[in-house]
Amino acid sequence: MINKDLVIIGGGSGGMSAALEAYALGVKDILILEKNDYLGGILNQCIHNGFGLQEFKEELTGPEFMSRFSKAVKEKGIEYRLKSNVYDISKDKVVSYSNEVEGFVKVKAKAIILTTGCYERNAGAIQIPGDRPSGVYTAGQAQLYLNCYGYLVGKRVFILGSGDIGLIMARRMTLEGAKVLGVAELMPYSAGLNRNIVQCLKDFDIPLYLSHTVKQVIGKDGHIEKVVIAKVDEKFNFIEGTDMVFDVDALLLSVGLVPNVDLISKLGLHFSRTRGAIVNQDMETEVEGIFSAGNALHVHDLVDYVVSEAREAAKGAVKYLNGELKNEGHVYDVEASNGIGYVVPQKIYVDEAEDNLIFKFRVRKPYKMINLVIKEGDEVIRKIPKLAIIPSEMEIVKIAKDKFKKSSNKITISVEEK
Amino acid sequence: MPTMIDVTIIGAGIVGSLIARKLSSYDLNILVLDKENDVGNVTSMANSAIVHSGYDPKPGSLKAILNVKGNALYPKMCEELDVSFDQIGSLTVAIYDSQLPTLTDLAERSKQNGVPVKLLSKEEVLAIEPNLSPEVKGALLAPTAGIVNPFTLTVHAMENACDNGVTLHLDEEVISIDKIDDHFKVNTTKGSYETKVVIDAAGVYSDKIHEMVEPIDYKVEPRKGEYMVLDHYGEKLVNHVIFPLPSEKGKGILVTKTTSDNYLVGPSSEFVDDKEDLSTDKLTLDDVRRQATLMVPNIPFNQVIRTFSGLRPTPTTHDFILGTAKCSKNFILASGIESPGLASSPAIADYVVENFVSKVLPLVKKENWNPRVRKHIHPRDLSEEEQAKLVKEHKEYGEIVCNCEKVSLGEILDELSRSVPPKTIKALKKRTRAGFGKCQGGFCQPIVLKLLAEHYHLDMSDILLDKDGSNICRYHTKEDAKND
Repeated sequence: MINKDLVIIGGGSGGMSAALEAYALGVKDILILEKNDYLGGILNQCIHNGFGLQEFKEELTGPEFMSRFSKAVKEKGIEYRLKSNVYDISKDKVVSYSNEVEGFVKVKAKAIILTTGCYERNAGAIQIPGDRPSGVYTAGQAQLYLNCYGYLVGKRVFILGSGDIGLIMARRMTLEGAKVLGVAELMPYSAGLNRNIVQCLKDFDIPLYLSHTVKQVIGKDGHIEKVVIAKVDEKFNFIEGTDMVFDVDALLLSVGLVPNVDLISKLGLHFSRTRGAIVNQDMETEVEGIFSAGNALHVHDLVDYVVSEAREAAKGAVKYLNGELKNEGHVYDVEASNGIGYVVPQKIYVDEAEDNLIFKFRVRKPYKMINLVIKEGDEVIRKIPKLAIIPSEMEIVKIAKDKFKKSSNKITISVEEK
Repeated sequence: MPTMIDVTIIGAGIVGSLIARKLSSYDLNILVLDKENDVGNVTSMANSAIVHSGYDPKPGSLKAILNVKGNALYPKMCEELDVSFDQIGSLTVAIYDSQLPTLTDLAERSKQNGVPVKLLSKEEVLAIEPNLSPEVKGALLAPTAGIVNPFTLTVHAMENACDNGVTLHLDEEVISIDKIDDHFKVNTTKGSYETKVVIDAAGVYSDKIHEMVEPIDYKVEPRKGEYMVLDHYGEKLVNHVIFPLPSEKGKGILVTKTTSDNYLVGPSSEFVDDKEDLSTDKLTLDDVRRQATLMVPNIPFNQVIRTFSGLRPTPTTHDFILGTAKCSKNFILASGIESPGLASSPAIADYVVENFVSKVLPLVKKENWNPRVRKHIHPRDLSEEEQAKLVKEHKEYGEIVCNCEKVSLGEILDELSRSVPPKTIKALKKRTRAGFGKCQGGFCQPIVLKLLAEHYHLDMSDILLDKDGSNICRYHTKEDAKND
């Protein structure tokens, strides 16, 4: 068995930035394991711009953004393995992986960071009704076929779900000569970033049907021919007389992303509301020395945020390797309360935390003119007024840790309607 | 093919495949025709994957006799064909006190059918199935019931038949059959074949095939069943096949694990007009959910990764139709094989060969018949030493293509090298499970598509997901740019 100080599972932006951060902090014995035959993960197929405004203060494409990290990884000589699939990790941090070159390998790690990204919810998960023809793809699949292989999956396209990948693909397929007939969103508000609604739909006159979803897929002879879209009420039941039929040769789904946490399931750990692991202030999971960050922990709006979270996880891992992370002293459970969908982290060992506590969370639905209230026990620590707040944009709140009094073991975040 | 074929089997489902396999042990030349582009592509693909014990069919019926016989043939057959089979037993549960007498009746029927069963009290049931509803009043345990991988069963049966000399023509639909003296001419979309014997194993279309040679007084009606598949999510839901009490609509909505540690919930039961109708709908699945929950209250429906429907070829005669046409003893019927058809299929093959084929053709055993398929290697099931040895010799087993189900490149290449190779993404999925998991091919589909294109020297745009016309890469962006 090989020994490594730090094994990072997933060589996307999160994994690479975690590796670089740990390297900068003095941990050099690192191994990145990546399942694809390239580093950079999903950004390789995200050829649109808009990446890096936070990180580099400039607007980059996905491949440009990720290549800055992959170049640095290579320059520093950080070890990585491609086409390497991790099929198991154990609580004592043995990572089992395989590839064509080395075969089946076991590595004993002192610390592990899971940056395994997320996967797209698909037709099976949302139990899409009707015939079962080909021509129904996730937006990411269509993106890969188009941007990496040069094929359009269809020329008359409807998109279900207003997630960002769907919006990006509406524009992308239009630019390649396809007609995008519309985007339907089950909720009464968009799931994507506002800038994408404007730049990808409005600028191309693509209609967005809110509170609408697919009622039926029609395609008797193997391939999709039509989709029936209808309006839903507040309980998501179809409203009669609202059917619209579109002739299509492709239906793309952009109906959500789910953290890819097979390895966490194998460890028998609990899941948070994000469907990722439960972590403390240093992104450490319930198993000491195993960390998680990026979309494997909770789905982010921007890769820039993935990068900064992965750095936090790397800092945590280095602290752990240096024996400075013991999960001791005063502890808080952090809870998403009224109006809040989830919050990361779920646990804070305040004595071991950095000077600022960072809370990341999303509201359950759009609100206007509210206060975000952060409480310790019953005591309000901070109230943040918001003119407007939407679920598709993650909130990040930093509060100096000395504002907390250790008078309770509970921190809650909630929406206070005025 | 020779100018005169001995036996032409129409339909490469589980029944046609197992008949082909059985006949391949004799010195005969055999042709199998199927309109689909893969074997086992209709009823054999979309069903409950249960090898029923046989306690439920009416005593004395073909269903009862062949189910019990078929069940007994499964362990050896699955061992020879390298197919996952697990005799986990079934529990038929009574939820209401008023159902208890029916359980006793079923126990009596089991005795008549020759099926070992045991009546369990509420406490005994809950002890072995803690996730059942506390409302359960009792159950009938049938220990011989099992679960099987129906995809590989059909594929491996046909592969074994082909390895023993059978010719398989896929993508070839029978259009008409002419009776010429004591033999037949089978006309297809691709050619005509003269054959001494025809075996109609055409599933939902078996009545239509029979009608090509004479008027018939029965129908095979498609009866749709809708299902939900749950991911393997690390916890045990049920340990047995869980049935409600049977009704005139069939065995009812069951909850079972599968040989791949998924869970299956379904099927509904509804006659449909269209023999190609595989649609699913929300109301039906809502009802499936509701009924399943009566027996197993806490099914994690958020783990559903797929819904599907299958068609049962339900005969208006209420029993399997095994016999010969009125016009000729050389036209053999293996028709109306609905549930318990999968369980009965090996016994159906024996029955058809012994009772009908043997009457019209001399059956001479081949000396060198091999009942086994080449062993399949699944690195995920090997010990560390075996894995290391395997990858030293065959590096392709170290590379994983499907992450969710841990399917290696080696397994995919192995399937492509076999005698019934997959031509579509779905055919490969049925054989290897690549694309079966929670991402439903989101990650591996493009890789699989590329592998198929490379293997068959085709452009990616030629590769089908499933049926004709189901191409995924429909338009080449660069080609279009060139043409503009």
